[in-house]
Amino acid sequence: MIQLQDITKVYPMGKRELIVLRGITLNIEKGELVAIMGPSGSGKTTLLNLLGCLDKPTSGSYYFEGREVSRLSSSELAQIRGQKVGFIFQTFNLLSRLTALANVELGMTYVGGVDRRRVLEALAKVGLSDRVNHRPIELSGGEQQRVAIARALVKNPSLILADEPTGQLDSRSGEEVISILTSLHAEQGITLLLVTHDANIAWHCQRIIHLKDGEVVTEESA
Amino acid sequence: MKKWVTFLSTVWLGLNTHKLRSFLTMLGIIIGVASVITLMSIGKGSTAQILSNIESMGANLVTISPAMGFGVGGVRGAGGGTQTLTMEDAEAISQQVSYISAVAPSSSSNLQLVVGTENTNSQVIGTTPEYMSVANLKLASGSFFSEQQYERGAKVAVLGSDVAETLFGSANPVGQKMRMGTIIITVIGVLESKGTGFNSPDDAVIIPLTALQQTVALTRTAQGEKVVSSIYLTVSDETQSDYVAEQITSLLRTRHRLAVSDEDDFSISSMEEIASSLQETSATLTLLLGAIAAISLLVGGIGVMNIMLVSVLERTREIGIRKALGAREQDIWIQFLLEATLLSFAGGIIGAIIGWGVSMIINHVGTMATLVTPDIVILAVSVAVGIGLFFGFYPAWNASRLNPIEALRSE
Repeated sequence: MIQLQDITKVYPMGKRELIVLRGITLNIEKGELVAIMGPSGSGKTTLLNLLGCLDKPTSGSYYFEGREVSRLSSSELAQIRGQKVGFIFQTFNLLSRLTALANVELGMTYVGGVDRRRVLEALAKVGLSDRVNHRPIELSGGEQQRVAIARALVKNPSLILADEPTGQLDSRSGEEVISILTSLHAEQGITLLLVTHDANIAWHCQRIIHLKDGEVVTEESA
Repeated sequence: MKKWVTFLSTVWLGLNTHKLRSFLTMLGIIIGVASVITLMSIGKGSTAQILSNIESMGANLVTISPAMGFGVGGVRGAGGGTQTLTMEDAEAISQQVSYISAVAPSSSSNLQLVVGTENTNSQVIGTTPEYMSVANLKLASGSFFSEQQYERGAKVAVLGSDVAETLFGSANPVGQKMRMGTIIITVIGVLESKGTGFNSPDDAVIIPLTALQQTVALTRTAQGEKVVSSIYLTVSDETQSDYVAEQITSLLRTRHRLAVSDEDDFSISSMEEIASSLQETSATLTLLLGAIAAISLLVGGIGVMNIMLVSVLERTREIGIRKALGAREQDIWIQFLLEATLLSFAGGIIGAIIGWGVSMIINHVGTMATLVTPDIVILAVSVAVGIGLFFGFYPAWNASRLNPIEALRSE
């Protein structure tokens, strides 16, 4: 489903260049559950952004579902993001002035329009049927992250990318979030990529990719 | 269609979240549009009033008056510098100039009028019976004086509507007597009101010139001609008014014995001419008022831009989230442009209503006439929308160009 060939990413930093990814080659099959681990600054988030079509690689090619996407225009990338990719962020990234319901609706706004029934289904799947009209400030961290999961889920993406989804949660809500994610993977066969520091979480995954200084150091199957 | 509903609800949410800020932004536009409409309506109103005044005076009216400032080194010293026209001039014009339907020489004087305990000072116009048709006057009651009354110097008067009300209140003045200067005079008619404005007869009293000469000493020129203050006449064929003016000029220059090098000691103005010059003045005034008001609209527009820039900055993270969820650049662009335009449009509509209300109030309580025409309203509202588009363009473009990764990282 995902094929990366010799992907590099270089950020210009004034006169010098910051090389974040140095030649990543990677295959991810449909329906895989993969953890990406590595120390800070190893390029995990950059890799995730590239995979999610939020950014373009400096060189190399990226095949997403068989289509070379690394040279597409920004609006074509936006379309892929909208239809195929669900993002889950460490800081949730919900809109504070919207209710849980409206936040999940936002996940469908740019892909064909809102379908209220599917929005409510997605909220039910993450166990928030009784919280639909609450704003983020009225929800716990775990609940907020579950709203974010519902938002990623509502458009039936083929790929979900989660960047340290439990990073700001206590261990109990972290476990809840992970169990929701893994059961989604198990039940719906969604391809799921997790960036995490936590070895306990990585342990849930089928494959762990270790990054260091912008390179894949090891790949292990759990 | 569905997409636009989504856009509108997104925009509504944005505006609704910051109600006070949205309102203050709109206020700039509201004040701008309201002042454009109010000031333009004043301009339009006064133009309309001038035109209706002129129409009521008769579009064919030509006025001959002594030249302003004439007299220094002039040929006809007797009777002072500005008294160059005479009864005999008027007779000569009526006999020798073609395309003229009526000529009315007139003299006026300010005299005290007394009825019982009421008294007032008023302009008394002494003239000939032709004056009624020349000045396009209409009677509310009674009659105008006749040729016979003029010939005998009958002491009869036709009152302007305001004078009649001041002196007689609601009583019918026709047949009543009043004292005018040194003579007793009988009221035979009252004029219809023409409203306040240029050359309105409402404040005047009209009597036979022959009667005026009994109370005010008649001035004569060196040649013994009877001096009048102006000569009014109507042209029978409007297309010939230039020809008529030429004929009058050459006739009067001959009669006044002006040398070729002398300037005219009189001036001829047709109503048409006055109308066009007044209209020009008032159009300039309207434009000037509109321009002043447009400046406030421009300032309002800058306010919109300011707020939109702040709003984009404040919602950087939101823009990042929307982009991550699949919003394309044009989606973000439309969202913010629509927000600015909607603000301006709403401000424009509210401003139009307020401007309309204010000009109604001015019309009602003030002395100024105002006129709100649909074209002013459409112009002002569309300028407001245009301002929203123009000043919203840059902030919206800024928003759409944000890098989603950086936007997501911002606090």
